[in-house]
Amino acid sequence: MELAIQKPVTSLDEVTILFAGDSGDGMQLTGTQFTLATALALNDLATLPDFPAEIRAPQGTTYGVSAFQIHFGSKDIHTPGDDVNLLVAMNPAALKVNLHRVRKGGTLLVNSDAFGKRDLDLAKYTENPFENGSLDGFQVIKVPFTTLTYEALKPYGLDKKTMDRTKNMFALGLCLWMYSRPIEPIQKLIAQKFAKKPQIVEINTTVLQKGWNYGETTEAIAVRYLVKPSSQLPKGTYRSIHGNEAIALGLAAVADRGDLDVLYASYPITPASDILHQVSGLKHFGIKTVQAEDEIAAVGAAIGASFGGVLGVTGTSGPGLALKMEAIGLAVMTELPLVVVDVQRGGPSTGLPTKTEQADLLQAMYGRNGEAPVCVLAASTPGDCFYMTYEACRIASKYMTPVILLTDGYLANGAEPWLIPDVETLRPFASPFVTEPNAMVNNKATFHPYVRDSETLARPWAKPGTPGLEHRIGGIEKADGVGNVSYDPDNHHFMVKRRAEKVQRIQQEIPTTDILGDPSGELLVVGWGGTRGAIEAAVSNLREKGLRVSAIHLRHLNPLPPDLSDIFKGFRQYLVPELNNGQLVRVLRDQYLLNFIPYDKIQGQPFKSSEIEGKILEMVSS
Amino acid sequence: MQENGKMPTLSEKPPVGRIFGGDGENGEAKLTASSFKTDQDIRWCPGCGDYSILAQTQRIMPDLGIPREKTVFLSGIGCSSRFPYYMNTYGFHSIHGRAPAFATGLKTARPELDVWLITGDGDALSIGGNHLIHLLRRNLNIQVLLFNNQIYGLTKGQYSPTSEQGKVTKSTPYGSLDHPFNPSAVALGADGTFVARSLDRDPKHMQAMLKRAHAHAGTSLVEVYQNCNIFNDGAFFEFTESASKPFRSLFVEHGKPLLFENGKKGIRLEGLKPVVVSLEEDGFSVDDCIVYDETSRELATIITRMFDATMPRPFGVFYVENRPTYDQQVAEQMEEVLQKRGKGSLASLLNSGDTWEVQ
Ligand code: SF4
Repeated sequence: MELAIQKPVTSLDEVTILFAGDSGDGMQLTGTQFTLATALALNDLATLPDFPAEIRAPQGTTYGVSAFQIHFGSKDIHTPGDDVNLLVAMNPAALKVNLHRVRKGGTLLVNSDAFGKRDLDLAKYTENPFENGSLDGFQVIKVPFTTLTYEALKPYGLDKKTMDRTKNMFALGLCLWMYSRPIEPIQKLIAQKFAKKPQIVEINTTVLQKGWNYGETTEAIAVRYLVKPSSQLPKGTYRSIHGNEAIALGLAAVADRGDLDVLYASYPITPASDILHQVSGLKHFGIKTVQAEDEIAAVGAAIGASFGGVLGVTGTSGPGLALKMEAIGLAVMTELPLVVVDVQRGGPSTGLPTKTEQADLLQAMYGRNGEAPVCVLAASTPGDCFYMTYEACRIASKYMTPVILLTDGYLANGAEPWLIPDVETLRPFASPFVTEPNAMVNNKATFHPYVRDSETLARPWAKPGTPGLEHRIGGIEKADGVGNVSYDPDNHHFMVKRRAEKVQRIQQEIPTTDILGDPSGELLVVGWGGTRGAIEAAVSNLREKGLRVSAIHLRHLNPLPPDLSDIFKGFRQYLVPELNNGQLVRVLRDQYLLNFIPYDKIQGQPFKSSEIEGKILEMVSS
Repeated sequence: MQENGKMPTLSEKPPVGRIFGGDGENGEAKLTASSFKTDQDIRWCPGCGDYSILAQTQRIMPDLGIPREKTVFLSGIGCSSRFPYYMNTYGFHSIHGRAPAFATGLKTARPELDVWLITGDGDALSIGGNHLIHLLRRNLNIQVLLFNNQIYGLTKGQYSPTSEQGKVTKSTPYGSLDHPFNPSAVALGADGTFVARSLDRDPKHMQAMLKRAHAHAGTSLVEVYQNCNIFNDGAFFEFTESASKPFRSLFVEHGKPLLFENGKKGIRLEGLKPVVVSLEEDGFSVDDCIVYDETSRELATIITRMFDATMPRPFGVFYVENRPTYDQQVAEQMEEVLQKRGKGSLASLLNSGDTWEVQ
């Protein structure tokens, strides 16, 4: 890429940009395209979209603001960024809602055409923020995006609406210029996306180019920035990936690598619906999908498929998980494999449907009637959703157990550059099915569905259609081995213990826990799920300053990794940051009887690494 | 009147994947009714109508030509739902009301299996009402036997969604207030493609209905009036006992006039209203009576709605429609996509979209 550098260029290690505007302003698209340009500039990055729950909130209002944050750098990037360097605000509401996220001295790039009396009223600004001193301490760049876009599009004789919809391209072009990102890939992307509408391609690329050129010529912007390629990314081919997308790819990997067909059944629910959208396009991988009539039907269809020898998978969010619980208990009792993906969102009840939270851990672990343990896993980054989906399916079919995989809204919608795995490195699945009778009754070979494997304690999975293995299972307690209905008191006691022991034995599958930092020290941070980036950024930062802190991040929550007690012995204090009111902390206290200190944030937003740093500092200095 | 064994073959189309295995591919002797019995003690109350339904099912199974291992009985919760434990096939006793959901997953995943769903009035129409209507509209190729005893048996005698209004039960000491469902009408309303009604005390009729249900490609709903002799004894005796049966029961058959009371009475349409006419006294003849057409949704609607004491209660196959099944369509769509896109390559899927190299 050739940069016609005419203005001074300042080099930066990392930058956080927040694109914010009305939900109709195309901020998600702008953000995604900027992300692509950034990925192609070989920076490490993390993104976080933040959109309103309403599909089309009234224009110009604060609750209609849609935002997209990207953090990129030449060093390792763990989070979408704590404080924003540049806020692009397309209207007063976007400025009002997001100003507090901008660091002192940060830059505000605002659409000056959108600050009329009516716009200010809609955002409930009683005074013009440009005039009342509230923006002092920020560098304000006012650009008449609307006017400039209209000018650029004058030759086309377009209607106002179409031109308005293109002004985000002006902002994008300008931002690409400001951060020395290449413009060509975006032009290519637009050309691909609207291949059938040449005029749309032309007007978008024209405005994009005008935005870029504006940077060159305007006197309002004196410097541009350069963020050098990251040297820390491992070699290989990368793509950008969202958590939900990664789950769909994980299922494709299961269908491809495992000796197993997959059926995905789901009921639309935010923020999990995207999984269904993606998986329904994977029919040529042999994955069937059912959009069920409700959450219970979805898990029922998945269990029905598993009974039929096709791995049943269902995806949902917290309220849906609650509805599925009785059926998950049936899968516990009948010991059928089942994978339930819970993309957690703010709760309880409808809660904050588009915001993130980690408050379903206890529900996943304990939310069923009776003694009904299941395997619980949690993905820690968008890309990790791929591996954990694969692992969930592998464990479910090997141990004949439901597995709940927890992700969250932040992982589902956030994106990161992802090193594309070599498919050969995925642990293949053995064919899990039995084909021969396993018992003799009156000299006749027969099949007993509850005779267990001595290593895993899993019962055999017999596919209907296999002669000689006809058997009946169900939700009533079954006699050990033979599998007939049994109300025998001792048998029930024994079976409850066996099922628990079986889930516990999944510990055999858990790799050694990675420790970030030294294996001993003053404080250990114990995290799980989507908070990984914030924790690792905080801990790395404090270690550089000489603090004796380390971190572990749990992906296996039930059972917990077998090496944890040993790891805990190396530390004096334990901090458990969670986006909930203290859930993992309870599980850990229960199992290890140590003084785990909770640190919670329940705002529908991910942790900032500075928040975790603050808490660590408070603990180690006191 | 009722002439069993000569059922018309309008909708008969071999179900997907049917394999004749009558002489047992796994070295079994020729299948008989006893081949389908299990060694489990049957735990229904002595005298319960469920025994007859089990016996008729076991009796017809050998005639269907489906090997035991390709057959799955699936149920929800309730007295009727114990049924799978007594069938020597694959079986799954699930949770209350959700059997249609499990069946949907099973049949979609494995369309070649022969799936039977056993349910009751509470299971199918109360807790599982939503799943039942969606099963019917999707039209999976399975058989649904709905044991209607108009009571909750397993929970010891509360009124059910099919109990008559005013019913005095443990939970309604002053009489129930709820208007009851007419299951066959519900099935028609949900666009079911095969709707029939039979009686526990008419083995031959039930066998014929079960065979017809099995032959139909689509969701076949057979409502069976079943006596719960413990909590609702005699609920259907007016239709099943010989003293009243001829007067109170109307057996409909495709292509035949609607007659009852040993041919002395018939059903005639006055506009859209069915009326009872006497062929002996009113000067009407057989030609004035409705000739039943099971492919007519309109007639089916009129007949299933004959539900009060002024009209005889109809039994038989009310409605048959040939509509593609969900499982078949899923299989076809999978095949279509496979043809169009070729077998998916995992490596190229993972590498799709914009990628970049880090050296
Ligand atoms: S309670 Fe009624 S329906 Fe249940 S088994 Fe006894 S008689 Fe049959």
